[in-house]
Amino acid sequence: MSDTPNKIPQTEPHQSATFDKLTNSQIRRAAATGIYDIRGGGAKRKLPHFDDLLFLGASMSRYPLEGYREKCGTDVVLGTRFAKKPIHLKTPVTIAGMSFGALSAPAKEALGRGASAVGTSTTTGDGGMTPEERGQSKTLVYQYLPSRYGMNPDDLRKADAIELVVGQGAKPGGGGMLLGQKISARVAKMRCLPEGIDQRSACRHPDWTGPDDLEIKIAEIREITDWEKPIYVKIGATRPYFDVALAVKAGADVIVLDGMQGGTAATQEVFIEHVGIPILAAIRPAVQSLQDLGMHRKVQLIVSGGIRNGADVAKALALGADAVAIGTAALIALGDNDPELEAEYNKLGTTAGAYDDWHEGRDPAGITTQDPELMKRLDPVKAGHRLANYLTVMTMEAQVIARACGKSHLHNLEPEDLVALTIEASAMAKVPLAGTNWIPGESKF
Amino acid sequence: MESLKYDLAKTPLREVNQFLHSDASLLNGKHIEINNPNGAHNIAVGLRSEATVTIHGHAGYYAAGMNQIADVTIEGSVGSGVAENMMSGRVHVKGFASNAAGATANGGLLVIDGDAGLRCGISLKGADIVVGGSVGSFSAFMAQAGNMVILGDAGEGLGDSIYEARLFVRGKVKSLGADCEVKTMSLEDRKILVDLLERSGHGDVSPESFTLYGSARTLYHFNVAKSGAY
Repeated sequence: MSDTPNKIPQTEPHQSATFDKLTNSQIRRAAATGIYDIRGGGAKRKLPHFDDLLFLGASMSRYPLEGYREKCGTDVVLGTRFAKKPIHLKTPVTIAGMSFGALSAPAKEALGRGASAVGTSTTTGDGGMTPEERGQSKTLVYQYLPSRYGMNPDDLRKADAIELVVGQGAKPGGGGMLLGQKISARVAKMRCLPEGIDQRSACRHPDWTGPDDLEIKIAEIREITDWEKPIYVKIGATRPYFDVALAVKAGADVIVLDGMQGGTAATQEVFIEHVGIPILAAIRPAVQSLQDLGMHRKVQLIVSGGIRNGADVAKALALGADAVAIGTAALIALGDNDPELEAEYNKLGTTAGAYDDWHEGRDPAGITTQDPELMKRLDPVKAGHRLANYLTVMTMEAQVIARACGKSHLHNLEPEDLVALTIEASAMAKVPLAGTNWIPGESKF
Repeated sequence: MESLKYDLAKTPLREVNQFLHSDASLLNGKHIEINNPNGAHNIAVGLRSEATVTIHGHAGYYAAGMNQIADVTIEGSVGSGVAENMMSGRVHVKGFASNAAGATANGGLLVIDGDAGLRCGISLKGADIVVGGSVGSFSAFMAQAGNMVILGDAGEGLGDSIYEARLFVRGKVKSLGADCEVKTMSLEDRKILVDLLERSGHGDVSPESFTLYGSARTLYHFNVAKSGAY
């Protein structure tokens, strides 16, 4: 080897971790357009999540249940606090609020078919209740939102429960958006808006401004529905301990807590990725709040934001939730972001799994669109069947884990069944770091 | 007209509202009087029959909320959200109204003889509101459809981000909100104004004394050049 090489060795090209390819592309996009990026879905960044928890299972000191012989209950009753007619679901996996407008009519119908087949509920969204949805959903939760688009008292009375939406995990403190491409004649009529405009939903309710007002508002809805319907209050995960306490004080039967991984039809990327907290960090403070008020299991807690499989369901319930809600996962089960449509995603400048321009209404799967031709692609019967299968699998998976932990009902799972793989998850979920009895902030290492 | 009387000092509100939700065949054409409301919230909410209801005194929040078909008169003042999300019928407040009067109302007529507070007609979706006095700031915020007639003045930010509602104001407007502008009153607009004045007991007021405000429609589509207005 020569001491004076002809070519000086070069270092590998070093991409900046701070200015990575995605960041640079975002800067270039902003520089070219002068407007922020809008997209659908929830937070995409890596976050502490249920994958950072493990179940311990039974061993010498715990007695498991036989997988195929011993019963493991999965049902849940929601609205036991005040409602004359609480709702009884066969599985604790519910379908989160997603609007007609954001979704096509066949997609809403498919959600209703799939959920009803397995005995769970679906939820309306901004824009009102459609006959397709009411017709196919045995148990339908009607969202009462700041915009009040399509809100009418007849639909309140037709609902099985009412969800008063204060916030959403993808955008706590923000209102919805529905861009002109999706404001079809039917959507415009339901929302009482000019066709084709870029719709901005209000971020605050028009006729109440704080928890004391909310108490009166809930009382009004109860009076109008003669105290029959369970009333949920949905909050985006930010300050869960205090928000839950205030929702209980305001008279909620059920609290829906949505983490930052929860999806939206359309919001600014910066909002989705930088406002709110992961659901893993929100459940324990929410449960603690209920316990401190003596209301755990009396006011039911539904959690959402990144629930994907039965393990996530079991972990959420072990941390103290009564049920979960899925949105993004349900859309994937219907056919969203399917690799079979890769060529069409490529034409849209993206790839299967990453497609999130739901607001543009060009979804090749026919789900997040109002284009009559595209929405024909979704067969609501077949898509509903896929969703029913998926919900069944999730429920069975959760049962597998619960039986392994010796539990005869999913609600018997408890934090003691869990350990954490990371210090962050341990601190957030308040379960010990695996192999130790250490919970940061709770005990000494 | 057959008249029934309830005394809220003696009968729980729940019982009164439950009666008011009876089958329309039992209520149509009846006059229900409610005494001693004492500012109770949620009086006569969710009505859906051709009943006439008179509340003798002051009512709290959401009086006659989500009204359908019924004719409700409040012989006093009301708290926030009177006739909120009304679908049809008529609600008449003889006194003053607090905030968010007629919020998101889809149809029917709300008449307020006195002043209304902040956010009167917020997110209005097709109803008509006539205010004999003045309205507070941020009234008709994001008003989508319907008509507001204000015989007095309007506060700050009138009609901010308004869509297709019409705002007829007789007095001064402290300031207009984003995308709200003075419009030329067409014959159709004038006809609507005259009709509302007559139906609200102000038939002697000249329609020429009003100015019409509506949407400049510059915020209907996201536009970088308008970013300062969002």
